[in-house]
Amino acid sequence: MQKYSVFSLVKNALSNHENWDLAWKDPTPKKEYDVVIIGGGGHGLATAYYLAKEHNITNVAIIEKGWIGGGNVGRNTTIIRSNYMHDDNALFSEFGMDLWRKMSQDLNYNVMFSPRGIINLAHSDAQMNTYARRGNSMRLNGIDAVLLNREEVREIIPMADFSENVRFPIFGGLMQPSAGTARHDAVAWGYARQADDMGVDIIQNCEVIGFDVSAGKINGVRTSRGDIKAKKIGLCVAGSTNILAEKLNMTLPIETHLLQACVSEPVKPVLDKVVTFGAGHFYISQSDKGEMVMGGDLDGYNSYAQRGNLPTLQHVLTEGIAMMPFLSKLKMLRTWGGIMDMSMDGSPIIDKTHIEGLYLNCGWCYGGFKATPASGWTFAHTIAQDRVHELNAGYSLNRFNTGHLLDEKGLGTKTWIS
Amino acid sequence: MLHIKCPHCGMRSQNEFSYGGDATVKRPELGKEISDQDWDNFVYNRKSLRGKHWELWQHLSGCRQWIKVQRDTATHEIFKTLKANEEIS
Repeated sequence: MQKYSVFSLVKNALSNHENWDLAWKDPTPKKEYDVVIIGGGGHGLATAYYLAKEHNITNVAIIEKGWIGGGNVGRNTTIIRSNYMHDDNALFSEFGMDLWRKMSQDLNYNVMFSPRGIINLAHSDAQMNTYARRGNSMRLNGIDAVLLNREEVREIIPMADFSENVRFPIFGGLMQPSAGTARHDAVAWGYARQADDMGVDIIQNCEVIGFDVSAGKINGVRTSRGDIKAKKIGLCVAGSTNILAEKLNMTLPIETHLLQACVSEPVKPVLDKVVTFGAGHFYISQSDKGEMVMGGDLDGYNSYAQRGNLPTLQHVLTEGIAMMPFLSKLKMLRTWGGIMDMSMDGSPIIDKTHIEGLYLNCGWCYGGFKATPASGWTFAHTIAQDRVHELNAGYSLNRFNTGHLLDEKGLGTKTWIS
Repeated sequence: MLHIKCPHCGMRSQNEFSYGGDATVKRPELGKEISDQDWDNFVYNRKSLRGKHWELWQHLSGCRQWIKVQRDTATHEIFKTLKANEEIS
């Protein structure tokens, strides 16, 4: 594989960039693999990459119904953070932060990781207390957290509404300075390119039709491009989890919902942090192109539509304008939606299943993108070793049965409770 | 914007309603021995498939009645609405 560097760029510039290698191949599926990963999104690609890199398992196929990077890895708002209170979430996410910091070098692909910091705004004394508690928990787990008062927040984001007579005045905020953003497509492409180079087959336009299960064991998968045998199969299909679970006669603690995001027209640099509104669900950052990238609540009812409904968008942007009034002057450039695998406690599942050789990775709710490297790393470990790693031990499937919920926010699918 | 026909009030916009999830889930009967799995299925496990879906909505800013709605989860087409006490046929 050609190494991407300034030298290769210059060299290829001399031949009008006509001699670059393909970033990944377009193979015909083989009859059998050691491991088949279903879903060519960020998590699936990362899983295949770490299977090859950490466990020397390279006879791997990724099966993707559409094209890689066309699902949620290309639809999210690119936020990366580990500002969690519960140990299971905090340690998992912070492990991921380390992988993010090394990712561009690791993948020889510039993922434009930008640790610009995230601020969660607080709008009451009670919320400041909650944030102090969360910040302390984060610091005990080795994650950077800074509690900011009103004046400190004003210095960082003066464009927010600090006037006296507002419904939700800014009391302060909790900042994780090491959080940030990354170029989401580059993450998918970087993982795909390296996985392909190590021998992983990336098979696009290949839909899963059914599974071959006998005597409690998985033997293979039936696809639109023929049957593929495998002793181990990993499910990484986010919003399509319920559809594939139905084919396996499984019913999961997951509902499929629609989450919208939008960007404004590009403007000059104004916001150099990720900021979240504390009195509702709205978050914003500014992309390198200058667009304000925004998102918020689910549409609120089960959906596979992959496009949003206006009442939710209006609700979310009302919160945005309450927080930063200048947004009302901007024109909207694009809105879009992605379908989310919402788990019942708001935390993900990375686990084995009752079917031998079938592994499950789902339930990412609002936070799938930032988990991409840690999810891939732990899922690869779970598949390769046939046992969960301590980092994803809390993300078990049977926690709903035993009552060990990871209710970081107590939300899950039921956003109307908040 | 969805338009939902409330069986009590007629066609109204989505803004008047709030969502209540899968309408086919049944609470295990009282006074009967039930397994953890039954309880798990009632509280957490959902089919949530693509296509026709029976679900509960409440006409919160209208008559405040809970109703059942059959909607397509991919196209949002609404096929049928029922009062809460009417059985899904």
